[in-house]
Amino acid sequence: MSALVQLVGVSKTFGDAAAVHAVDLSVERGKTTVLIGPSGCGKSTLLRLIIGLLGPDSGEIQFDGTQLRPDKIDIVRHRAGYVIQEGGLFPHLTARGNILLMARHLHRPENEMRARLSELRALTRFPENLLDRYPLELSGGQRQRVSLMRALMLSPELLLLDEPLGALDPLVRAALQKDLKEIFARLRQTALLVTHDLAEAAYLGDEIVLMNEGRIVQQGSLSDLRDKPTSNFVSEFINAQRSLAVL
Amino acid sequence: MRRIRKTGKQETFIRIVLFICVPAFLIFFSGSLRAAPVFIGSKKFTESYVLGEIAKRSLIDAGISVEHRQGMGGTIILWEALRSGQIDVYPEYTGTITQEILKRTDQLNFEQIASELGKVGIGVTEPLGFNNTYALVMSRSRAEKLGLRTVSDLRNHPELKFGLTHEFLDRQDGWRPLAQDYQLNPRSVIGIDHALGYAALTNGSIDVKDAYSTDAKISENDLVVLEDDHHFFPQYKAVLLFRYALPAPTITVLRKLEGTIDEAKMVRLNAEAERTKNYTRAAGLYFEPATTSTRLRQGYGAASNATSTTWTAGENFSHKLARWTLRHLELAGSSLLLSVLVGIPLGIWASRGGATGHVILGFAGVVQTIPSLALLALLVPLPFFGISVRTAIAALFLYGLLPIVRNTATGLQDIPRALRESAVALGLSSTARLWQIHLPMASRSILGGIKTSAVINVGTATLAALIGAGGLGEPILSGLNLNDHATILQGAIPAAVLALLVQSLFDLLDRVLIPKGLRL
Repeated sequence: MSALVQLVGVSKTFGDAAAVHAVDLSVERGKTTVLIGPSGCGKSTLLRLIIGLLGPDSGEIQFDGTQLRPDKIDIVRHRAGYVIQEGGLFPHLTARGNILLMARHLHRPENEMRARLSELRALTRFPENLLDRYPLELSGGQRQRVSLMRALMLSPELLLLDEPLGALDPLVRAALQKDLKEIFARLRQTALLVTHDLAEAAYLGDEIVLMNEGRIVQQGSLSDLRDKPTSNFVSEFINAQRSLAVL
Repeated sequence: MRRIRKTGKQETFIRIVLFICVPAFLIFFSGSLRAAPVFIGSKKFTESYVLGEIAKRSLIDAGISVEHRQGMGGTIILWEALRSGQIDVYPEYTGTITQEILKRTDQLNFEQIASELGKVGIGVTEPLGFNNTYALVMSRSRAEKLGLRTVSDLRNHPELKFGLTHEFLDRQDGWRPLAQDYQLNPRSVIGIDHALGYAALTNGSIDVKDAYSTDAKISENDLVVLEDDHHFFPQYKAVLLFRYALPAPTITVLRKLEGTIDEAKMVRLNAEAERTKNYTRAAGLYFEPATTSTRLRQGYGAASNATSTTWTAGENFSHKLARWTLRHLELAGSSLLLSVLVGIPLGIWASRGGATGHVILGFAGVVQTIPSLALLALLVPLPFFGISVRTAIAALFLYGLLPIVRNTATGLQDIPRALRESAVALGLSSTARLWQIHLPMASRSILGGIKTSAVINVGTATLAALIGAGGLGEPILSGLNLNDHATILQGAIPAAVLALLVQSLFDLLDRVLIPKGLRL
């Protein structure tokens, strides 16, 4: 299986601090790849580079075999969904308005949109009567489900999630983790998820990519990272979170 | 269903814009579509209003269509308006022509004045009859008792107390050279306010004061003017200035007024105008008893409706109030519309920051610091503007700009980065981001700016009357000139009420235009 997204030697510098340094990364089709690492390690920056919110200083990002270029970036955006920590829902639109925003912009047929919406509602277990509520009238967990529906509306090949569960309380978080895992499996979704929680990474990820100071330090399954750490940093990171890890 | 509702919303928005646009543009252009009558201008004091009304009535009686723009401003404003053809006729004084218009320090005789004005295409009637210059006045009883008739007679009565205005005491052609010329040496000379001076004359605390020779107060307080037997005071003979371009019959009608108003008559007309606050009626006295008043008034009313402006003899208060208010709303409304149409795009531009953003916000800020009167004065000499409704609207437009530009810019800048990026990451085009995300999210702030502009404009529009653009400033200005509080309040109260109404209208509009999701 070829990679859907391929990063080759990608670097990005803010001021004089390197946020991402010569990163090579493959996001495999149908799998969930998890980026993990301490705050400021560059994992969110990688996501923002892939969706084109940032441009790389050097290196190359390929999407489905084509190199990303600023003038073609909207094509990638229509084939990718993006979910951020607080949901990024527009407060002046209802849940439905947020979910359908992009489909309406692209003038998708009404019946097609309606069908897709009820599919997604079932998938995310979101009650129909809440669709006409505004984001401020929804709970944090409900907002993230809406945000997920918005990202999935156009059946994207790639789903990018930047700490999507970071702001939720533990019970809601656990429920959503479970639902996410099911959704990814049902849709055979290619997903790239950023988290700083090792348990979440282990639970959701087929592949775990550990980053530190803008570089990828080790890549593999949780057991690879635990049993064959390539550096002291890897062992320290694993040990620091062991007490929390539900293994 | 959903989709239909959405497009419906956009249509509503477009409809609102059209709803505001179309009438504004109609109003804007309607002025130029009307058949051009003779435009008479007048300065902002009673006598000028009355002379303007007399000229108007004479022309109407001769079957000529005419419009009187009352109280447009001072000498320079009227002169420039006449030169540029915005008005065709206005009353002026020979001394003012010499000093302020021709800028001469020597005295010119009437032929010299006429020939100088002729060089720039302006004609002048022979003097209308009276000389409105400085004069010394006394109460009639006191003057008769002492047998005083001329200024020279004062020389033998150094015991008389002089109460003079501060201006007269300071002027180059005022008290000092006068006293020297007539060799007056009174024991007591005090400076006193003009209006208070009349009261002081009446109760005897002063005996002599300075005045204008046709001041209505002269007849009201039963005073006499002491004859300037040395011809010390410059001549301020009233004349009408007119454009040579006027048709000959019109000029002939104006010339019939030459030599027909002496001082006593002008004092009487001024007194009538100040007493009744009705310039048309005061001007009507000039024509009596040659005609029966009923017939004339009817004819006058009909002609006046045809030209649709200024006072009519029988116009009742509610009618006037409606006319002022409509004009006021027209001024504030069309300037606000322009501010919105220009201010929001500028605000969007400014919100992107950088040098351009700073320049835009800086410019709008600087305009705001110019006093509104000064802004009007700056616009009047410009070619396109002059003395017109246009100028008033342009000034109000510039005033209304800053709140809208600033609130639009900050409203857009306050949108959280995460939400901006979400819109980008979704793949919305920049146009769609602006209309569907950014502007709705900034709508509260933008509407706040528009509300501020609207309230400022409704207040500032009262100044438009200074350049003859009408509105609720008209009664305020007349009231100030006549020192009549009731008239001032006729404009001030409706203006304040209007500002409050506009405020609450916008509070209502907030509920319609700000998306519900932002009001939770």
